[in-house]
Amino acid sequence: MPQLTIENLSLGYEGQVILSDVNFSVSAGDYLCIVGENGSGKSTLMKTILGLQKQIDGSITFGDGLSANEIGYLPQQTAAQKDFPATVWEIVLSGCQARAGLRPFYSRAEKQLAKENMEKMGITQFAGRCYRALSGGQQQRVLLARALCATRKILLLDEPVSGLDPKVTQEMYQLIEELNHKEHVTIIMISHDISAAVRYASHILHVGHEMFFGPTAEYIRSAAARRFLGTEGGEDA
Amino acid sequence: MNVFQQLQMYLAMPFVQYALIVGTLIALCSSLLGVTLVLKRFSFIGDGLSHVAFGAMAIAGVLRLTNEMLFVLPVTVLCAVLLLRTGQNAKIKGDAAIAMISVGALAIGYMLLNLFPTSSNVSSDVCTSLFGSTSILTLTQLEVWLCIGLSVAVVVIFLLFYNKIFAVTFDEDFARAAGVKAEAYNLLIAVVVAVIIVLAMNLVGSLLISALIIFPAVSAMRLFRSFKGVTVCSAILSVSCALIGMLVSILGSTPVGSTIVAVDIAAFLVFSLLARLGVNRRKA
Ligand SMILES: Nc1ncnc2c1ncn2[C@@H]1O[C@H](COP(=O)(O)OP(=O)(O)OP(=O)(O)O)[C@@H](O)[C@H]1O
Ligand SMILES: [Mg+2]
Repeated sequence: MPQLTIENLSLGYEGQVILSDVNFSVSAGDYLCIVGENGSGKSTLMKTILGLQKQIDGSITFGDGLSANEIGYLPQQTAAQKDFPATVWEIVLSGCQARAGLRPFYSRAEKQLAKENMEKMGITQFAGRCYRALSGGQQQRVLLARALCATRKILLLDEPVSGLDPKVTQEMYQLIEELNHKEHVTIIMISHDISAAVRYASHILHVGHEMFFGPTAEYIRSAAARRFLGTEGGEDA
Repeated sequence: MNVFQQLQMYLAMPFVQYALIVGTLIALCSSLLGVTLVLKRFSFIGDGLSHVAFGAMAIAGVLRLTNEMLFVLPVTVLCAVLLLRTGQNAKIKGDAAIAMISVGALAIGYMLLNLFPTSSNVSSDVCTSLFGSTSILTLTQLEVWLCIGLSVAVVVIFLLFYNKIFAVTFDEDFARAAGVKAEAYNLLIAVVVAVIIVLAMNLVGSLLISALIIFPAVSAMRLFRSFKGVTVCSAILSVSCALIGMLVSILGSTPVGSTIVAVDIAAFLVFSLLARLGVNRRKA
């Protein structure tokens, strides 16, 4: 049974449809990349899955022991946090908030979890540093560690490598792949980096005028990919 | 009589003691949510609500209620909830709704005060409500206890929900995605802000409330880089500024509210200067 099933989903803002008839499913351990042009509705789709944005039609079903509040999310561009006074430790720990429920303070186990995730992301030495004084790549690691505190099952990442230099981008991809392989965390990632998407993902969802959903190998052969990639990514025939 | 003897004489008076206790508590409360208000773009709500509180005060005056706070408090809390709702509903833009309610309340309040004057000197009445002039010194016994009770409640709620307020303020989308009931906490924040505003009205009057809430937080943000550091610093700063302001105003017979705000501004300038000099670079 899939962890997440999307059927005939229509989404948009204030009744205005941006995407309709979205169908796909994600099973435990999958690595799904969502690709498509700017403004095609990728972020909106992710927000709709997360329940941050009301869907217009269709259904979103969680299964396989996953409930709607066990999702780790890494938002695209965090503008409000530009001036926010907060240390790395405070931010990572806040990922445990959903676990804490109504309890006012974090338990020892939650603090331990936050420590472990900081270790995993290699940001332990920044614990006391101010978030806004970190580089873009370091900030993304902090947000990833926080997302890991919220879930062990599934991560939704909205352009996690945008604005990072090639080396840091590579490291970020490696981290995400490790989570997927070693810890069996399901990954749903929005990306404009089509070559990386094709390389790492097990499945591709292409949104836009032409929709595609299926295993990566099939995507490379599809018409949608050929048009999107030009000649470069299609079969070099 | 020198300054100290004068001060001693004043401090022996019960109403001055009450004023100092209540003023300190109010200053403490109002600083706590400053960071949240500034960063969550709620500062507009704060501003709007203070005008609502002014309008409600005018109505309470017209109705000749003996205890105005008991009327002003529920009205302001109700408006806080309504404003939050309209802010989320995109039909009328949140900011416009707030501007409409706040300016409307201000106009109606002023009109009511003129139509049904409770004393011969309307403009001094208005001045009192807008700038607080001496209201902290003229609190009734009941109001003193009400202020103390509400302040303690605000502090306790803040401590209990500190981590949740942080999570929702820093990244509401993430918190909601992870299953945190962000709407409920937003509502809680709005209600607490309304309570703080009604309290602060006694200390500085409705026009200066925003200053009391925002200055300590913004000053603390100049020097401190952690949420905890900023919160603790702005609480200490706000209490110190309020105490200094109240004492200066008693000795110099200046208006309480504007004196406190003047001290807050001075503190802000000092903190900005320290930040310029690079004091913050070493602090987390
Ligand atoms: N809050 C909003 N209200 C109304 N329309 C919106 C809102 N946010 C986005 N849109 C519109 O919805 C469409 C899809 O936006 P979305 O952010 O989902 O695109 P995207 O695929 O994530 O693009 P990008 O690759 O640039 O991140 C765009 O046309 C955008 O203008
Ligand atoms: Mg996007």
